[in-house]
Amino acid sequence: MSTTYDPYAGSRETTEGRVYTVTGGDWDLTFADPHDQDRLVVNMGPQHPSTHGVLRLVLDLEGETVTKARVVIGYLHTGIEKNTEYRNWVQGTTFVTRMDYLSPLFNETGYCMAVEKLLGIEAPQRAQTIRVLVMELNRIASHLVALATFGMEMGALTGMTNGFREREMVLDLLEEITGLRMNHAYVRPGGLAQDLPEGAVDSIREFLRIFPNRVADFHRLLTGQPIWQNRLKDAGYLDVTGCVALGITGPVLRAAGLPWDLRKVEPYLGYETYDFEVPTADTSDAWGRYLVRMAEVNESLKIVAQALDRLEPGPVMVDDKKIAWPAQLSLGADGMGNSLDHVRHIMGQSMEALIHHFKLVTEGFRVPAGQVYVPIESPRGELGYHVVSDGSTRPWRVHVRDPSFVNLQATAAMSEGGMIADVIAAIASIDPVMGGVDR
Amino acid sequence: MSTDGGEVVPGREEAGFDDATAPAGGFRKGAFGVSGSGDTSGFGGLVRVEPGGAVALHSTERPYGGWFDEVTDALIDAVGQATYDAAVQRVLVDRGEITYFVAREHLLTLAQALRDDEALRFELCSSVSGVDYLDSGGPAVAPHRPRLHVVLHLTSMTYRRRIRLEVAVTVEDPHVPSVTGIYPTADWHERETFDMFGIVFDGHPALTRILMPDDWDGHPQRKDYPLGGVPVEYHGATIPPPDTRRAYR
Repeated sequence: MSTTYDPYAGSRETTEGRVYTVTGGDWDLTFADPHDQDRLVVNMGPQHPSTHGVLRLVLDLEGETVTKARVVIGYLHTGIEKNTEYRNWVQGTTFVTRMDYLSPLFNETGYCMAVEKLLGIEAPQRAQTIRVLVMELNRIASHLVALATFGMEMGALTGMTNGFREREMVLDLLEEITGLRMNHAYVRPGGLAQDLPEGAVDSIREFLRIFPNRVADFHRLLTGQPIWQNRLKDAGYLDVTGCVALGITGPVLRAAGLPWDLRKVEPYLGYETYDFEVPTADTSDAWGRYLVRMAEVNESLKIVAQALDRLEPGPVMVDDKKIAWPAQLSLGADGMGNSLDHVRHIMGQSMEALIHHFKLVTEGFRVPAGQVYVPIESPRGELGYHVVSDGSTRPWRVHVRDPSFVNLQATAAMSEGGMIADVIAAIASIDPVMGGVDR
Repeated sequence: MSTDGGEVVPGREEAGFDDATAPAGGFRKGAFGVSGSGDTSGFGGLVRVEPGGAVALHSTERPYGGWFDEVTDALIDAVGQATYDAAVQRVLVDRGEITYFVAREHLLTLAQALRDDEALRFELCSSVSGVDYLDSGGPAVAPHRPRLHVVLHLTSMTYRRRIRLEVAVTVEDPHVPSVTGIYPTADWHERETFDMFGIVFDGHPALTRILMPDDWDGHPQRKDYPLGGVPVEYHGATIPPPDTRRAYR
């Protein structure tokens, strides 16, 4: 009970009814006078720690029952789609990687595959295998954050610290490979920015040796725990019909029982040649989504191991010098840097190489006019790129069908009629990333 | 006739291209990426037909190949030949994807059939978005041309197929029927398309802005929306916002 005077607590009359300002611990003061309304509208967010980012929920409550849930988004809108229209095709990679910041390599790969489809080219085999490799590592990292924030929002704080700790292992690997922990700009139209550095394969193998134990630890920490089960089971229910009508894909759809995974049903980058399962659950609730994500981490580990085994020496960028940037960048201690050999070549040896480099970097390459839609399976579902070219050196339009944006629409269907505490479980189980939702 | 200023570029018919014989696609203005005041060569005035243009103006001849014919036949069976002819203005097969250009009056009829017909079963609406083709080097540049396109990507989970529906409207009359009654997932997609392009989806339950603030003016992803970048000043010289700078195109 709050006994001190709080200048911010109080109530005022608005056109929507009486609005209370409550800062915590002072409910008895605020509601000391009997109020005649049963319906209470609670504004949750956009800066509430358990709303998974800058997400705002407007909940109509009767007691603790949610009668209406409205989701307000847009707080993280950065205009990335529009920005790409004023940069060349290669620069687009550095923009899209910042959308869904937990799965940057998926953003890059989807975008680059769309550009490559427009160009009518295909990345070399080694580049494709490395793309699969880094994407699956990224999927593990992303699911670990999903599980960590899940734990945090459900009050299992050790789940959070453990999840972020294990994720750091993956980020260290990605830093070793791409130079950056996040926002890598590693995948480029036509291939990759650079090959795997020396020692990366050994580091990944070491990770593969350690990591299954960490997954088992996670199971030991959370899966059997009665509180965890009680909080998750039957929370945020949404069946297959609801999922398809609302366009929900990814772990949420698979937890409802439909094994719809684009890596299996519309394979790309040679996913059809990898041996892995599509985990499903039949509970359609937050519990099932938790189990599906845990199982997917194991499947991703299997894919990473297979990708390592089939890595053959070869180029990581297409041969076409009109598309491929001439420099294989070097990996320095502070991220990616210049290739000194290339700088020596263009500055000291070949005027033509300098001209070519200048034209390709400042002007960029042209992409034949047309439009494509390329979907890939991101950790959150179908990540689709609708890319339109008018034949110039810049995209005419890049639209991103971000799975978080679509999946978040399910909040109302999952929450209405349930308890207010289950709203948090439902949203945590959708695992929206607001950077991707708002773009 | 065309002028280099980008104001008037002829439509395909006016330029004398016969739909049946012309190779494909839209137009490109200029050469070497030169445009605006930097052009002293005169090449900026060229107008070329570009195969597979940004705004396709032709229709792919049947057979389309693969399952495209199967889907088209099933669609004709489902809605009837007369409705199909009235609804589908053009069909374009490009890069292994099929696009149906649909008249807006018939969009809902087609969408309903595409979702419910046993031979079609496009259960999932993957994406609804907009494209503004203003000054894309195509004929959409002229006033009263349908430069705003609504693009729907439909997925058949049963048959593992994807198709694209495209509806074009003008800025003066930007109305398209909402597909939310058929695909509830289109709710937020349509709100975003309204927010960004000002396309009004008739029948949408609550067509409000979704990404921009409620009181925002204008529709930011339209091509004529001013970017409003701050001019950069250095020693008295200024650099304009990105959309008004000279640039390679």
